[in-house]
Amino acid sequence: MNLALRDIRHKLSRFLLTAVGIGLLLMIVMGMAGIYQGLSEDALSFLERTKADLWVVQRGTRGPFAEISRLPWSLEDRVHAVTGVADARAFVSHTIQREYRGRPLRIVVQGLAWPRDNGRTLPLIAGRSIGQAHYEMLADRSLGLRLGDRIPLGKDLYTVVGMTTGMVGQSGDGIAFFTIPDAIAIQYDLPGEAVRLEREARRSRLTKQDLGNIQPLLLERAAGPASELPALGTQNVSAIMVNVAPGVDPGRVAKVFSGWSDVTVYSNDVQRDLLLKAIERNRKQLGLFRRLLVIISAIIMALILYTLTLDKVHDIAMLKLMGARNRVVVALILQQALLLGAMGYGLAYIMGLWVFPFFPRRVAITRENLAQLALVVLAISVLSSLLGIWKAMSVQPNEVVS
Amino acid sequence: MKTILPSEAPSVAAQSLTKIYGRGNTEVVAMRDVSFQIQRGEVVALLGPSGAGKSTLLSAVGLINPPTSGRIAIGGRPVMNGPRPLVDLRAFRRKHLGFVFQKANLIPFLSALENVQVAMEINDAPPRQARKRALELLEYLGVADRSRNLPAALSGGQQQRVAVARALANAPSLILADEPTAALDSHRGRQVMELFRMVAHEQKAGVIVVTHDQRALDVFDRILEMEDGVLRPSASAS
Repeated sequence: MNLALRDIRHKLSRFLLTAVGIGLLLMIVMGMAGIYQGLSEDALSFLERTKADLWVVQRGTRGPFAEISRLPWSLEDRVHAVTGVADARAFVSHTIQREYRGRPLRIVVQGLAWPRDNGRTLPLIAGRSIGQAHYEMLADRSLGLRLGDRIPLGKDLYTVVGMTTGMVGQSGDGIAFFTIPDAIAIQYDLPGEAVRLEREARRSRLTKQDLGNIQPLLLERAAGPASELPALGTQNVSAIMVNVAPGVDPGRVAKVFSGWSDVTVYSNDVQRDLLLKAIERNRKQLGLFRRLLVIISAIIMALILYTLTLDKVHDIAMLKLMGARNRVVVALILQQALLLGAMGYGLAYIMGLWVFPFFPRRVAITRENLAQLALVVLAISVLSSLLGIWKAMSVQPNEVVS
Repeated sequence: MKTILPSEAPSVAAQSLTKIYGRGNTEVVAMRDVSFQIQRGEVVALLGPSGAGKSTLLSAVGLINPPTSGRIAIGGRPVMNGPRPLVDLRAFRRKHLGFVFQKANLIPFLSALENVQVAMEINDAPPRQARKRALELLEYLGVADRSRNLPAALSGGQQQRVAVARALANAPSLILADEPTAALDSHRGRQVMELFRMVAHEQKAGVIVVTHDQRALDVFDRILEMEDGVLRPSASAS
């Protein structure tokens, strides 16, 4: 006869309510692990999708995932010319925030090397990839945009032609993909007044110098668009992604770039580490919260089991008076602890499936995390039952008489 | 009608039992030099005022609270020599003793049937066999129709019957009852006392009943009286 189950059946609503409470706590523990996992996966998803062998970044910087890196777009051609390089693509990424339909919209703007890369390798869930050089975009569904939406960015309107899923930046904001020129245009867009003032400043500077007076053409150029001024209009990108040809050692190619005094080169693994280091503080914070919650869960479970044992002191004394072995009493408490833990874990999982999609950041639940939490729950169930077992062991049969 | 077989060892034999609580100035002698024997099938009432030492004697014989000195043998087997147990007390209680108290002390989360069954399962009886015998015992005691009910759904008398069934579950050689009718009206109290008599005679178990109820003394084969921790010479119930 299983005494634990019969006791639970007798106080079913109380036990279920307790299990729900434990389940909520464990759901938060599960969520913490899931948020960290989501953070890592989101941060790495783009890096893993690009499958670049090398990252060429601004000299002395650690690249766009750690700090600002600016390189001339023309570097892409220099890189391409190196022996052993199969492909070189500019990488442009920056975050903007705009108002759209009355709500703030944070977008990670990323450039695609169109027409070589039109986004067909992205996880498209609706629409199509980019079909023209300008004014089209692919939006991640987390941005809340719809196919056909026309978003004003800078001085242009961009039409959403495709929807992706799971494409978010380090901060958890959804990524929108544009052609590189469009991404740069959005990045360096200035208000009309700022452009006018800049042109006026240029003209003013030139008129104060002999060169401006000797070469009137320069004054005309200064009044035009910045892109028509070669000295001023260099278009910057964040990095150049490099793929080496099959059979070529990436280290050997990297050695060539190392000799260039204006760039630093990193392997994909180093960029991956840099990315993970960028979220290290978040990871530590989440880990600390997680540990604290596990300890709190264990304490709460111990108190619950102790209280449940206190409720049964008279019955335990009666069982001992009838000659019940210690293992009968230990099993009663331990089985209830394990059942409470198992039910809490199950409820945490079920509630998590329902609740986690509403979290602002993606919660990625992996089998490894679930298995790890199951072991933690098993451990805290056993540990938390010790207090109750200790109490039960100290109950004397003569307490029935008293 | 007593059915004692002379060849059988007494259900319980106590010799010079003394129980002292505390030491020095706080020393209290709860029981002094108590000796008696109860045969199998014999129903004995233990009378005495409060504080006379009845419960102390019952605890000592029930192997719950060992005496300071003296010897106890149950079913012919020596079990206590002073405070020193001569057997595994818990295992011995499991196999040879049955208890009934003023409150039925049924386990509230088990049905009437399960309360009886658990006593046998604790004693390693196979569940199916234990269930069958538990049902037989409840039938024997007239509460089989309430076997599925939890204790809270039973009347006081029914609860005591289930408690008696539980005490009988492992066919003990000695049943100890501490004021089992105190919470019952006189009619039901007498019924329970008669139940003990029936059980003692039919199951061949010795029964000691601590009671204050003077109206049902005719049910007992013998009466023991205690006062100030000392057992008076026994008297016949009639």
